[in-house]
Amino acid sequence: MHLDFEKPIAELEAKLVDMKQLAQENNVDVEEAVKSLEAKIKNLKKEIYSNLTRWQRVQLSRHPDRPYTLDYIADIADKFIELHGDRGVKDDKAMVGGFAEIGGQGVMLIGHQKGRNTKQRQLRNFGMANPEGYRKALRMMKLAEKFNKPIVTFIDTPGAFPGLEGEERGQAEAIARNLKEMFMLKVPVICIVIGEGASGGALGIAIGDKVFMLENTWYSVISPESCSSILWRSWDYKEQAAEALKLTAYDMQKFKLIDEIIKEPLGGAHTDPQGMSKKVKKVILDTIKELNQLTPQERINQRIEKFSAMGVFVE
Amino acid sequence: MTWFKRTEKGIVTPTEEKKEVPDGLWYQCTECKKVMQSREHSANAYTCIDCNNHARIGSMEYFEILFDDNNFTELDETMSSSDPLEFSDTQAYPDRIKGSQKKSGLKDAVRTGYGKMNGIHIVVACMDFRFIGGSMGSVVGEKISRAIDYARKKRHPLLIISKSGGARMMEAGFSLMQMAKTSAKLALLDQDRVPYVSLMTDPTTGGVTASYAMLGDFNIAEPGALIGFAGPRVVRETIGKDLPEGFQTAEFLLEHGFLDFIVDRKELKKTLTDLFTILKETKEAKQPKKEKEKSE
Repeated sequence: MHLDFEKPIAELEAKLVDMKQLAQENNVDVEEAVKSLEAKIKNLKKEIYSNLTRWQRVQLSRHPDRPYTLDYIADIADKFIELHGDRGVKDDKAMVGGFAEIGGQGVMLIGHQKGRNTKQRQLRNFGMANPEGYRKALRMMKLAEKFNKPIVTFIDTPGAFPGLEGEERGQAEAIARNLKEMFMLKVPVICIVIGEGASGGALGIAIGDKVFMLENTWYSVISPESCSSILWRSWDYKEQAAEALKLTAYDMQKFKLIDEIIKEPLGGAHTDPQGMSKKVKKVILDTIKELNQLTPQERINQRIEKFSAMGVFVE
Repeated sequence: MTWFKRTEKGIVTPTEEKKEVPDGLWYQCTECKKVMQSREHSANAYTCIDCNNHARIGSMEYFEILFDDNNFTELDETMSSSDPLEFSDTQAYPDRIKGSQKKSGLKDAVRTGYGKMNGIHIVVACMDFRFIGGSMGSVVGEKISRAIDYARKKRHPLLIISKSGGARMMEAGFSLMQMAKTSAKLALLDQDRVPYVSLMTDPTTGGVTASYAMLGDFNIAEPGALIGFAGPRVVRETIGKDLPEGFQTAEFLLEHGFLDFIVDRKELKKTLTDLFTILKETKEAKQPKKEKEKSE
């Protein structure tokens, strides 16, 4: 699938396929032409992907082929035991997690989960968790703390689910509690935005010692669409809203609202999922090593200090 | 045939020369339309003398209701919003701030202060809905954080009165992180066992509900207040049908187990006084903590 701004690349790639096929059928030597076209594609890709607008990055973060939490887990974990349920209401399928082993290191992996086809999307509720999802995540974090295993969270949600039952069961309370409890976790906590990081629904599992964003993701207080509908009273200003919100990984890092960016392959994480996973795995293992240098109390203090410093005002 | 004819169209009197009706002699209840003297209304803690509707009021009124003789010291009085994102929608953010400041006489959407309530030292943070819908940006987050720090340092009970549409979009990522920051400070307050009461008033939604408003040792609310994560319009659009009667009201939340109690505004001061009196630290209670500190 190609996004609208990728069309010129898609056209050239189609041309290349045609050319190769034609050459084969008619037994003509087109090596020179192929080479030049390939170079042209490479240059075009570089040009397009290194000048992405904020809205284009939002589109990439939602690319239907983009790896999701369970894809990363499948790639990076040598062992994975998925755990279910919040012990109160049900098992929220929009939030997944369990104990895993990565490169000999025991960890707790938790994340929002989106679905890839219609059926899966419904099952996963489009990655929008209900209160029981946040409570399930907290339960798993407490387990990790108990057994002294570092926690890694994968953030990828268009928001916490704004439904009737979620309100009845305390969506706000569930998220608020996670924020408070995550600050006090004695084990290292690493958070990685792998797709969409929408508002409280994202933050609810994103209080960490180190917060990373993949290069083509977004993280903000509201989605560009909703922002457009509230501030411009129309859905048509999403591009402007994305620009105004400054919601990309580069923006968030510049504002010191996240710690680091994990680079993606040209064209996005979905163009080389294995390569992407490898990078993510390395980041996780290196970061755990780094965070293990600190005592639990030092980690907690630094976590609190980091978030306490966020905010710009005049006195 | 008319008796008088307007020679110039529209209103031509400049604002400065506008003649105001003397303000505040009468008040009409927005709910039951009962007309009462403003004096009566304010003496009744700004609730209707007939139907008990709790009018939306601001920090000025709450401070007056709670602090003895309206005596309090305001914290971070001059703190004001900056424009880290250079945000502009239909209006540039700094202009929006300036406009709101001029219109409301407030610096931002929260005021914090400390003083005595029936002789008990308390710290109060109170949001003002009049200021950009009581939205939470860096100033709200920082002022609340500092009020929490102050309560922790002095070991004085903390009251946060929420009234907000949620996080402030014009500070985007910064606003979001205020949820984290205030929650971090509350975790510390919790650890030090200083009481925190969260009073939710009409309306309390979005990022404010999903952070400090729901993190009280005691979560309480005013009668009839709208409290929720998503606003009713969003929920209605999500489920595609009408919402049940009383959905997301304080009474609904109490029934679902998210509030300790609902308090009539006229009883607020007395109820909080009773609560804080019961919780007051005695010498015996302080002892084990000191010992614990030594052993750590």
